[in-house]
Amino acid sequence: MEKVSSTAIKNKLTALYRQYSDSIAAGMPAAINRQRESAISQFDEKGLPEKGCERYRFTDIMGAFGHTHGYAIGPQKEQVDSQKAFRCAVPGLDTYTITVGNGWIDTQNGNLPAGVTVTGLAEGAQLHPDIFEANYNRLAATKNDTIISLNTAFARGGLFLYIPDNVVVDKPIQIVNVLSGGNPLMVNQRNLIVAGRGSQAKIVFCDHTLAERQFLLNNVTEVVMLDGSQLDCYSIQNLNDHSSQISSILIEQNAGSQLLANTLTLHGGFVRNNLEVLMNGQHAEANIYGLSLPCGHQHIDNFTYIDHAVPNCTSYELYKNVLNGDSVGAFGGYVLVRPDAQKTNAMQSNKNICISPSARMYTKPQLEIYADDVKCSHGATVGQLDENALFYMRQRGIGEEEAKMMLMSAFAHEVVRTIRIPILADRYAEMIENRLRGKQAACGECFMKCDKR
Amino acid sequence: MLTIKDLRASIDGKPILKGINLHINAGEIHAIMGPNGSGKSTLSSVLTGNSRFTVDGGEVTFLGKNLLELPPEDRARMGLFMSFQYPVEIPGVSMVNFMRAAVNEKRKFNGLPALSAAEYLKMMREKSQLVEIDSRLTSRSVNEGFSGGEKKRNEIFQMAMLEPRLSILDETDSGLDIDALRIVASGVNKLKTPETSAIVITHYQRLLDYIVPDVVHVLYNGQIVKTGGKELALELEEKGYDWIKSEFDNK
Repeated sequence: MEKVSSTAIKNKLTALYRQYSDSIAAGMPAAINRQRESAISQFDEKGLPEKGCERYRFTDIMGAFGHTHGYAIGPQKEQVDSQKAFRCAVPGLDTYTITVGNGWIDTQNGNLPAGVTVTGLAEGAQLHPDIFEANYNRLAATKNDTIISLNTAFARGGLFLYIPDNVVVDKPIQIVNVLSGGNPLMVNQRNLIVAGRGSQAKIVFCDHTLAERQFLLNNVTEVVMLDGSQLDCYSIQNLNDHSSQISSILIEQNAGSQLLANTLTLHGGFVRNNLEVLMNGQHAEANIYGLSLPCGHQHIDNFTYIDHAVPNCTSYELYKNVLNGDSVGAFGGYVLVRPDAQKTNAMQSNKNICISPSARMYTKPQLEIYADDVKCSHGATVGQLDENALFYMRQRGIGEEEAKMMLMSAFAHEVVRTIRIPILADRYAEMIENRLRGKQAACGECFMKCDKR
Repeated sequence: MLTIKDLRASIDGKPILKGINLHINAGEIHAIMGPNGSGKSTLSSVLTGNSRFTVDGGEVTFLGKNLLELPPEDRARMGLFMSFQYPVEIPGVSMVNFMRAAVNEKRKFNGLPALSAAEYLKMMREKSQLVEIDSRLTSRSVNEGFSGGEKKRNEIFQMAMLEPRLSILDETDSGLDIDALRIVASGVNKLKTPETSAIVITHYQRLLDYIVPDVVHVLYNGQIVKTGGKELALELEEKGYDWIKSEFDNK
């Protein structure tokens, strides 16, 4: 890694913004442009987060920013024909598929149900100005995270997804993010998802690198779940070893809404996931799961922030890591129960297995509880595969490697079984097994060597 | 079937087995009895290849092969089975998948094709009836949440599935009530053929009422100090181990 100071990177990025601010704003709606100035000022003032600060205790963000990346204002001319190239569709899984190249919508398959909108960010602001204005950068602006501010300053590419009240989307919406091109590239993708009252949808994000380049994907997704909505958010991350991803998913749950979030990190040089949920309406429920399988010199950090702002809400979190090689994993789980949030039910669990002696796992639950009639629990474990179980299996004739595989798959299964799309769950299990066997995690026929070293 | 010559083994530098000699023919049941700490469970661990123990010397021949140089899985595939004193719970690994892997690995080792799903399920059904195990147990994760008795019954079910040549029952009677003991013992007896042998390790004579041994050995201080017929077990039940201890210690 090149030795670059955090301040130098900050100055470079601020200068980049100042130099191109006209082009960045060109053709973009006022709702997006008017957020830029305060965002870049905040970034300029505070700089990149320091390792050891509250949110980034175990992660040096320079692992992502300490490389030289190019930046593109718009979609590149030589877009990959992802329609032809991309065969990552899960066999037997019928989806509405949207492919996104370096942050920009490329192709769209299938006719979405009436009223459901999936467009680029700028188009979304024009199609649904009221919804857009009311929600864009509302959650993001409250976060004290300059990497999110950086995204707000540069935001151009990305998606707007709107599901009107009471619409049930029959098939999963699959959003395939592809990073490609011949040069190192920083991509700031900004998404806004609004789920109307009583609506239901399942969204599958797949993030891939298509080229052996250094990519830095800084995506911010704001999700607003209105009363009684149900949303499943699955995210599969599979980036090459040189690439970095910082993914911030910021969710607001209103009364009676139900969230299922499941993040599977198969591969990636440096990955930081922020999953933040604001419980803003009573009787909302969030079930949040994550599984990461770092190996080599990868660094994977999952940070969750659950803000119980109102009474009678439930959150359940389970994050697991299987670490190999010299990899580093981190989990930070922050739960805030505000004074009014009585009858809160918050559970958090983080379980980890270090396969190799040099893998390291850092875990930090952090609960701040200001209400007195609540049920909160947390637990964290770091261990090795159970030697007694291994011997038991070998005594039955199962070979050592196979026995280890079975134990690791069993460990992962607790996360996989929460997926509510059965075919996707099977595919997950298969990808995880391939990944743990050191094979490609790629899906069946897919030509993309997502995890080519 | 099995010949053990001057077997010595230790754990963390502490000698436990101090020269075991034992010969078992096909069709025989040998009981190994002895007081706590005499080395009974160490013997079964060493025979099955548990790496926590170090073999310091001696030879073990199983079906003509040098057993001690084989990894645990190959010993198992050749037909060596141990019913564990404390069967391990393996959450997330279903009994069905666990046993299918075990059965097919053994078949592969013996040059046989893997069982089809239908053949395998039929086998599961038949064997679970044979050893009277509830099919609800076989559809769960391995031993997870099983009671002590259920775990032991599950061991005998696995024994039925794997059809071993030599079974070591390591304190299978511990923690069993009399009904469970009877069911477990009847399973073992049903599986007995002139081609199979068993080593029954136990503290008490109780189990030997149901599984009748051909030979009884007494293990004390890492050695077999007495060998006799099934009447030896009755004598031990009556007199305890003290007379053997004093006989041995005075030598």
